[in-house]
Amino acid sequence: MAEAGLAALWFAAVLALLQLLLGALTIRWGGRADATPRRAASIAALAGSVRPVAVVQGLLSAVAMLCLIWVFATSDMTVKLVVENSQSAKPMMYKVAGAWGNHEGSMLLWVTILGLAGGAVALLERRLEERTLIATLAAQAAIALGFYAFLLVASNPFARIWPAPADGLGLNPLLQDPGLAFHPPTLYVGYVGLSVAFSFAVGALVTGDVGPAFARAMRPWVLGAWTFLTVGITAGSYWAYYELGWGGWWFWDPVENASLMPWLAATALLHSVTVLATRDGLRAWTVMLAVVAFSMSMIGTFLVRSGILTSVHAFAVDPTRGAFILALLAIYIGGALALFALRVGTVRQGTTFDLVSREGGLVLNNLLLSVILGIVLIGTLYPLVAAGFGVQLSIGAPFFDKAAGPIALILVAAMAVGPLVRWRRDDGQAVLARMTWPIAASAFTAAGLIALGGSMAILPLLALSLAAGLAVASIAPLWGRALRRTPLAIWGMVVAHLGVAVSLAGMAASSAWTQERLVAVGPGEPTRVGPFTVTLVGIAPVLGENWSGLEGQLRATRDEDVLILKPQQRFFANPPTTTNETSIRSFWDGQLYTVLGQPDGRGRWQVRLWWKPFVTLIWLGGALIAIGGALSLIGRVARDRRAAQRGGWA
Amino acid sequence: MRRAILAALALLAASGVSPLAADTPLPAQPLAYTQLADPAQEARAKALMETLRCLVCQGQSIADSDASMAGDMRALVRQRIAAGESPAAIRRWLISRYGDYVSYDPPLSGATWPLYLAPILLLLAGIWIARASFRKRRR
Repeated sequence: MAEAGLAALWFAAVLALLQLLLGALTIRWGGRADATPRRAASIAALAGSVRPVAVVQGLLSAVAMLCLIWVFATSDMTVKLVVENSQSAKPMMYKVAGAWGNHEGSMLLWVTILGLAGGAVALLERRLEERTLIATLAAQAAIALGFYAFLLVASNPFARIWPAPADGLGLNPLLQDPGLAFHPPTLYVGYVGLSVAFSFAVGALVTGDVGPAFARAMRPWVLGAWTFLTVGITAGSYWAYYELGWGGWWFWDPVENASLMPWLAATALLHSVTVLATRDGLRAWTVMLAVVAFSMSMIGTFLVRSGILTSVHAFAVDPTRGAFILALLAIYIGGALALFALRVGTVRQGTTFDLVSREGGLVLNNLLLSVILGIVLIGTLYPLVAAGFGVQLSIGAPFFDKAAGPIALILVAAMAVGPLVRWRRDDGQAVLARMTWPIAASAFTAAGLIALGGSMAILPLLALSLAAGLAVASIAPLWGRALRRTPLAIWGMVVAHLGVAVSLAGMAASSAWTQERLVAVGPGEPTRVGPFTVTLVGIAPVLGENWSGLEGQLRATRDEDVLILKPQQRFFANPPTTTNETSIRSFWDGQLYTVLGQPDGRGRWQVRLWWKPFVTLIWLGGALIAIGGALSLIGRVARDRRAAQRGGWA
Repeated sequence: MRRAILAALALLAASGVSPLAADTPLPAQPLAYTQLADPAQEARAKALMETLRCLVCQGQSIADSDASMAGDMRALVRQRIAAGESPAAIRRWLISRYGDYVSYDPPLSGATWPLYLAPILLLLAGIWIARASFRKRRR
């Protein structure tokens, strides 16, 4: 089975090369005006073959991925990767997910998604000019080739091992969680979506076709990628929150930043592509953002794997491949930027516009998002550069909060105003009048918080007030509309912006009002955290499928509510590790978060308790943002379909 | 001599430490996993711990780590805060001992001024680029 997978991978690689060459030839020869009819026919034949090649390439990469999943599912211990990352006594779900819980498998998953996406472009995209599409597919093939080369040369997932050991070494227990099954694939779908968007940009640059049609073809991919990235980041954040056992949900860890940067770029791109599609403005800028978004997703994929960034995601670290990875990164990003620099001169200036207009708001959005992106990028890479000069330093939450926090709050304010401003040109006074209710909501919240809380820190106070204003403002575009006839894309925007308000409120509330209780308690000894009284009832041993453990029984009471929480400590034999299994209970007004610690040797146990008011809103907001993205995507695709059937543009 | 050894053993027994137990790792210091009694002091300690790097972990502060070294550093921070030392002084002490690497909040210095200048430069550059897409005001 492993050999079948390897063969499929080789064939896919060869087809990718073919796809690149065919595409390049078509573009090169097809550009000439003096082509004879016979020659034109052969070019058409060439061009016609690119699409099927792309489809078959995608299918072959999927076959390779299925083969890898198969050897993991059947615990084939003659395959080196399975030995190193799996074990026969593991639950089936983690055997399957273990196929991409390691370096080689995750790279194969990446190229599989890329291949399938390429096939989908080849099959579905019918509106873009043929030459631009072929250039797009050629660019896709070029990206895929790098991955195939990397897999086949430097990290073959199907390598055999001889003699075969009796059993494998197992998967890092931290990864044995449903999160693993979904977190990497969703992020990868997002990264791949951005690479497709980039391929469209390359296609448009090569054929000089940067305009609304290109923007409309690219937009669904950006929207889809952005939606998946949002889901991936939100889920990853919640995963870290319950798995690491200290109540933190974002650490400004380099690997987290590596997934945040593509999201920031995609968010900016999403908004600028709208300007390009509706008003034919921001042409060069949109292409530039597509290049940046792709570069960021390459950094997200590769820097994590290179071992340069040491972080909690260290399971991915393998320094021996660093050189290959850095070379690939340099080729991809350098190539993308070089192509942009060479061809940007051919992109004519798009429409310009007034400062007070929807376009103006979207430019502000792009400006602020790009600055935040720059700050995160610099903050993430700065320690690396400093280390190159022999200076060891760490950059973390204090820097990012100080530098990016205020800009993010300005962005939130801009976000409230933007959708209430008209396209082309608007009047400042009229916009202010439309903002009456949101401003009132903000002022009311601020006054209420100051009256109630008194000693609240300034940043959470600002954030909560802005969130209230944004929540009102984000619903405002629906006022006076017939709700049933409101386009889905508008609904998408409303829901996504509302999601940002909800998430921001969750962040501010939990950072301002979280209560922590770290204490050693004996059985029957009550302790208080937030509105709860928590008592340790007892400790009992528990047994899982591939671990043994201790389970604490905590009784928590608030008013008449009585609930039992069961945090655990789990001991895994392969590899030997102890993990904390948190026990979390959600209420409408927050979460009770409990962790069982060590015994103190005198009959007491360490427990860690948190009451986190409204913390759930963080991820609820993330989910709303993703739902907004999905609604927009459905709305856009459906509308384009209808327009295509009518034979015109909407 | 024999009497001295016996006396030492008796002392050990009296203090509750058996020679056998000396081989097992020491239990974590109490303040590694318990808070200070004074909420204001604890808040100061917590704020400081969140900006100190756990040196044996990867990308975690000592406030969110299970590593024993992080626990020792938490205990140290809490003890010193309880003794009335200022968070800034504790940070300075830790930096003098472990280097700048231990602090997530790098001080403004020759090595870090580009870092702090960058956001401002980015913002200015962004404004300058964005200017091009706006129509010039008609006079």
